Amino acid sequence: MRLLAACFLFVGAACSPETTQLEPDFTIEASQRVSGSNFLTPETVAQQNDDFENPGYLWVERGADLFEQGEPSCAGCHENGLEGVATHYPAFDTGTQTLINLEGRINLCRTRHQGLTSLPYESDELLSLTAFVAEQSRGLPISVEVTPQTQSAFESGANYFMTRRGQLNLACTQCHDDNWGKQLRGDTISQGHGNGFPAYRFEWEDFGSLHRRLHDCDTGVRAAPMELGSQTYIDLEFYLAVRASGLELESPGIRR
Amino acid sequence: MTTIRLSVPQTADRGEIIELRAMIQHEMESGFRFGSRGEMIPQDIITKFECFYNGTLFFSSDFHPGVAANPILKFYARANESGSFEFVWTDQDGQSWSDSAQIEVS
Amino acid sequence: MIPRVAAATEDEMNEAIRGMFGDRVITEGRVNVDLPPIAENGFSVPIDISVDSPMTEDDYVKQIVVLSPRNPLPVLAQYHLTPMSGRADVSARIRLGGTQSIRVIAEMNDGTLWSGAKQTLVTLAACVID
Repeated sequence: MRLLAACFLFVGAACSPETTQLEPDFTIEASQRVSGSNFLTPETVAQQNDDFENPGYLWVERGADLFEQGEPSCAGCHENGLEGVATHYPAFDTGTQTLINLEGRINLCRTRHQGLTSLPYESDELLSLTAFVAEQSRGLPISVEVTPQTQSAFESGANYFMTRRGQLNLACTQCHDDNWGKQLRGDTISQGHGNGFPAYRFEWEDFGSLHRRLHDCDTGVRAAPMELGSQTYIDLEFYLAVRASGLELESPGIRR
Repeated sequence: MTTIRLSVPQTADRGEIIELRAMIQHEMESGFRFGSRGEMIPQDIITKFECFYNGTLFFSSDFHPGVAANPILKFYARANESGSFEFVWTDQDGQSWSDSAQIEVS
Repeated sequence: MIPRVAAATEDEMNEAIRGMFGDRVITEGRVNVDLPPIAENGFSVPIDISVDSPMTEDDYVKQIVVLSPRNPLPVLAQYHLTPMSGRADVSARIRLGGTQSIRVIAEMNDGTLWSGAKQTLVTLAACVID
């Protein structure tokens, strides 16, 4: 059923190649879309919103220090900060002709403009810089659209979301489109938006990227997870960002 | 690399009771978890926290594995004089981290 | 991950209390413990403790002990205060290995012992990774 819906969506997209902006259809209507923080206890929401109590700010603060380092430093170019920038990622990079996420953009800046090496995915440094940039868009609506250049990435991400996988034979959509709001053991199933990431997860007792979360989802349904930073996960991140557009960016979020 | 965050008011009236908050980045590995191969992950925790007001120890805490990762503490002090608050964390192997903040009392 | 090793029991907690305070009388009262009624999971549960005390040179809280009847170890944390604290109020975040009643004991400078407790429900995560 969902797979069919996804296919129609692609056909619809392919029918109008002249438009630069495509309007995908999602199972959850825009008016029904809610952040993962709606499924947290009031105590946890309060902790997320308090920029001292929120442990994610340990990484934001380190990111602020790293932003000043290098020759030139990040701050040397981005002297007016990067407010709003994170709301538009993942985005198409014309230089490499690929879809990249915020982590990828930071690494491209390092190799292209700073004469530095790429930071390993999920390293504390990359997480900290990503958190520092994302935090500057805290409270702003996610705004990611499908364009002809990113259409195939969107389709690939949608396909991943709709495909059953793992020993539990579950697709993302079965929980996060069809059954959100219902109880699963002690949890309430969320809509599966990535607007809190990078985020501090209690279960990790640590700060991590959306890809680490996706890796855990795949592992949770007993499927072979993808590499963090892989194009498959970037495409899925893109699909999720289009799907979450309009929701406020909450990074550094706190999640269960 | 260990990040420390402090929250200390910059100014206070003499005798005022002020709120202090301190957080340190530390995994507080409990020693009760198993790794992916079933092996016990050894304990690695901060065991002591101390706070000094102009050199005088006035608040301390013993941490055990039941303290959550990236430990945060909120406690109070009576602001009697200008000076500094120093916050010191020491782990089970004796390694320590510290940071301080100034206060103006009038 | 939440610890999967043998948990402490009520008896072990009481033994730990005897180890610290011997057979001294512990009176219920003066200690207020605040925990959320439902904890998101057991990894990081906010706890607020306040003890009714003037915190003067003559009358102050010396020590606060946080105890669990269900974690692998019964003693979670201890706080040492002085009159310079001004207020006997401490907040922290603790790990809870399941639904339980957390007990807090305060030792005053005159040697008297007071206690309070609070129950919290720890929910089970939907998707367990390991």
